[in-house]
Amino acid sequence: MFYREAGQFKPTYQADSQIFPIRQDRIGIMLLLAIAFLAVPLVATPYMFSAILIPFLIFSLAALGLNILTGYAGQLSLGTAAFMAVGAFAAYNFMLRIPGIPVLLAFVLGGLCAALVGVAFGLPSLRIRGFYLAAATLATQFFVVWCLTKIQWFTNYSSSGVITAQKITILGYNFDTPGSKYVLTLAIVCVMALMLRNMVRTNVGRSWMAVRDMDVAAEVIGFRLMRTKLLAFAVSSFYCGVAGALYAYAYLGTVEPEAYSLDLSFRILFMIIIGGVGSIIGAFFGAAFIVLLPILLNIIAHALQLPTSVASNLELMVFGALIIFFLIVEPHGLARLWQIAKEKLRLWPFPH
Amino acid sequence: MKLIKSILIGAALTGTVSVAAAQEQFIPILSYRVGPYAAGGSGFFGGSIDYMNLVNANGGINGVKLKWEECETEYNASRGVECYERLKSNSGGASLVEPLATGIAYGILDRVATDKIPMTTLGYGRSDAANGKVFPYVFPLITSYWNQAAAMVAYLGSKEGGVDKLKGKKIVHLYHDSAFGKEPLPVLEAQSQQYGFELIKIPVAHPGNEQQSQWLQIRQAKPDYVILWGWGVMNAVAIKTAQRNGFPREKMLGVWWAGSEEDTIPAGDAAKGYTTMTFNTPGNYPVLDEIRKKVYDAGKGNLDDKARVGSVYHMRGVTAGILWVEAIRKAQEKYGKGKVMTGEQVRWGFENLNIDEARQKQLGAAGMFPPVKTSCEDHEGSGAVKVQQWSGTKWVPITPNWVVGDKALTRKLLEESSNKYATEKNIKAACMNG
Repeated sequence: MFYREAGQFKPTYQADSQIFPIRQDRIGIMLLLAIAFLAVPLVATPYMFSAILIPFLIFSLAALGLNILTGYAGQLSLGTAAFMAVGAFAAYNFMLRIPGIPVLLAFVLGGLCAALVGVAFGLPSLRIRGFYLAAATLATQFFVVWCLTKIQWFTNYSSSGVITAQKITILGYNFDTPGSKYVLTLAIVCVMALMLRNMVRTNVGRSWMAVRDMDVAAEVIGFRLMRTKLLAFAVSSFYCGVAGALYAYAYLGTVEPEAYSLDLSFRILFMIIIGGVGSIIGAFFGAAFIVLLPILLNIIAHALQLPTSVASNLELMVFGALIIFFLIVEPHGLARLWQIAKEKLRLWPFPH
Repeated sequence: MKLIKSILIGAALTGTVSVAAAQEQFIPILSYRVGPYAAGGSGFFGGSIDYMNLVNANGGINGVKLKWEECETEYNASRGVECYERLKSNSGGASLVEPLATGIAYGILDRVATDKIPMTTLGYGRSDAANGKVFPYVFPLITSYWNQAAAMVAYLGSKEGGVDKLKGKKIVHLYHDSAFGKEPLPVLEAQSQQYGFELIKIPVAHPGNEQQSQWLQIRQAKPDYVILWGWGVMNAVAIKTAQRNGFPREKMLGVWWAGSEEDTIPAGDAAKGYTTMTFNTPGNYPVLDEIRKKVYDAGKGNLDDKARVGSVYHMRGVTAGILWVEAIRKAQEKYGKGKVMTGEQVRWGFENLNIDEARQKQLGAAGMFPPVKTSCEDHEGSGAVKVQQWSGTKWVPITPNWVVGDKALTRKLLEESSNKYATEKNIKAACMNG
C-alpha cells in the first residue's frame, strides 16, 4: 500500500530510465538528502559530526569503492586500506609540493594516484581469481604501507612517519568546524554515490557484472576482459583513494601509515559482506553496522552501568553474535533485507 | 535507513543528556581492555583508576572529588577519537586526557589544542611535543623515546666503561616497523656518528611473531648489544628466539614497553637476565600498600587480580595518576583551592609541576619515578630512566641512580622537529602564560 506503483505511467524513455523509477523512492531520497544537508547541520552536536557522521560517511565511501570491485566486478580484494593510504598520502603531497592547489583537485589527484596503483596491482586479476586474487591483493596492502614507512619523502621526512593534513580551504572558506567538514564530506559522498549509481546502469557496469557472473561467457559475448577488470580496479581504487584522503583531512587530521592497516581492509570487506555485496545502499548499511553499532553497544553498556572490563568484552561478543545472526537470517546482507521489506510493503496489507 | 536513524537518535540522546556539573573534577578514561594490547591497557588504566579511587577515599584534592568515565577504544585510532569526542564535554568538561596509544594521540593532537584540554603522553610519541611553545597542550611527561634512546647509549657506554669505549662496537636496533619503532632512529643515528659505533637497523613486521630471519642476521653480525624496540607479542618472541640462537639475554636492552611481566613471563626461563629501560623503579611503595588497604580491601579495586598491584603497567598507571592529581593540585594553588579546574587551568598546572623527592616522599612514592619539574620549554620535566633486569620471577633495578643521556642532542633534534611542525601548521611558537 505504501509502495504501490499503480498509476505511475512512464510515457517517455527518459522517464523510464531515471535513477529512481518509483515515485516513493524519489520522494524518500529527496527527503533524506534534505534532512542530511539541511536539518542535520542545524541539530547535530559536534560530537555527532566528528565522531559518528563523518567516519560513517567516509567508511561508506570506502565500502562503495570495494563494492565496485568485489560486488559488481567480482574481484576479491584485501587491499582497500592500501588504496585509501595512497589517496591520503598523495593528496597530502600534492598539497605540500604544489602551493595553492585547490583541495578538491588534490583529492581528485590523490584518487587518481590510487587508481594508478590499483591498475598496477590489478594486473594479476587477469590470470588469477577468487581467493587467490585476494591473497595477491594482500601484496598491495603490505607493499604500500611498507613503502610509505620506508620512503620518507612521502611523509615529508617527519621523524615518526606521521603526516599532518593541511587545512581545507575552498574558495576562501575554511572548513574547520566539524559541521562544515560534515557537509563537505556529505557532498562528496553524495556526488560519488550518484555517479556510481549511474555507472552501474551503463554498459560499463553491465560489463563488470557480466565478468562477475562468468568471465569466460563475458569474453565470448564480446567484453574485453582486460579492459573491464582493470577499469573496475581503477574506479574502485579511485573511490577508496578519495575516501582515504577524506579520512586524513576531514576526520583524523594527522595520520600514520599504520592507520591504513590490513585490519581496516578487513573491516571494509565486512562492511560490504554484511551490508550487501553488489548494492549501493548496502555499502551505507554495512558502514553503519560496522562503525556505528559498536559505539551504540558501548553507550548502552555504559547506560547499564556495567563494569568496564565486562562491558568491553560483552560489546565484542554481542557484536559478533549480531554478525552471525544477520548472516544466517540474510546471507545477502542488510540491503537484501531492505529490498524484501520494500517488496512486502508493495503488497501490504494483502500478501500472497 | 531505519537502523541508521535509530542509532543516530540513540547516540544523540546519550550525547546530550549530560549530568549537571557537580563539584567534581572530570577525567575521561580512553582505555582498552580487549584486543592484543589488553594487558597493557587494563594494567595502566587500572592503576590510574586505583590511584584516583585512593585520592577520593582520602577526601579528594582539597575537597574536590575526582570523577571519571571510561570508554573502550580497542587501541583503534578511529574508536579513540570517537571516545574522546563523546567524553570531552561530559560532567562540565574534561580536565585532561591520556590515550596510551600513539595512533589515538595523533588523532586528537590537533583537537586537544582547540578544545583546550591538556593531553599527557607518558613515555611515548611524539617526542618533540615536549616543546611547549609549539605544543602547549601536549605533555610527554617524565621521558620521551628520544631521551630514552640517548639514555640507552649512555648506559651501554657506562657498561663498557665510558661512552668513548663504544667506538667500533656493533649495536643492533631491532624494532617494530612502525612510527613507534622508528621514533628513536634520529637519536641513535646521531650518537652512532658521535661515538663511532656501528648501528645495524633490523625491522620486524607487525605483529612480530616470526623473527627467525632477523635473528639469523643478528647471529651473523655478532653484535655487542641488541636494542629491542618491541611491543606486545613481539617481545616474548624476540626473547625466546634470542635464546634459541644463543644470544645472551644480558646483552639485550628493551624499550620500556618491552619490560613488563606480560612480556617476560610468557618467555619463561628464556627471559632470565634480560634487561630493559623503565621510568619506574620496580619494588614496593607505601602508596601501593595504601591502595591495597583502602581501595582493594574496600572492594573498589579496578584489577580483577590483586596480585597485579605493583606490576610494571599498574605502577605506570599509578604514576600517571599521581602526575594528574599533582597538576590539578598545582592549578588549584593558583586559581583557587577547592574549586573545579578547567582544562586551561590544569594545563597551567602541568606546565608548572614540581614533584621533587620530598614531595614524592609525602605521596608515599619516593623513588618510584624520577623527579618531575616542567616548564614551558620542557613539557617532559625529567628525561631520566632506569634499567631493570628480570630475575626470573620479578624485575630488579640494576642502575641505582637515574640515567640521563645526551640531553643537549635530544633538545637540538626536538627544536628542529617541532619548529618544522610549527611552520607546516602555521603555528606561532610562543609560551602561553596565565
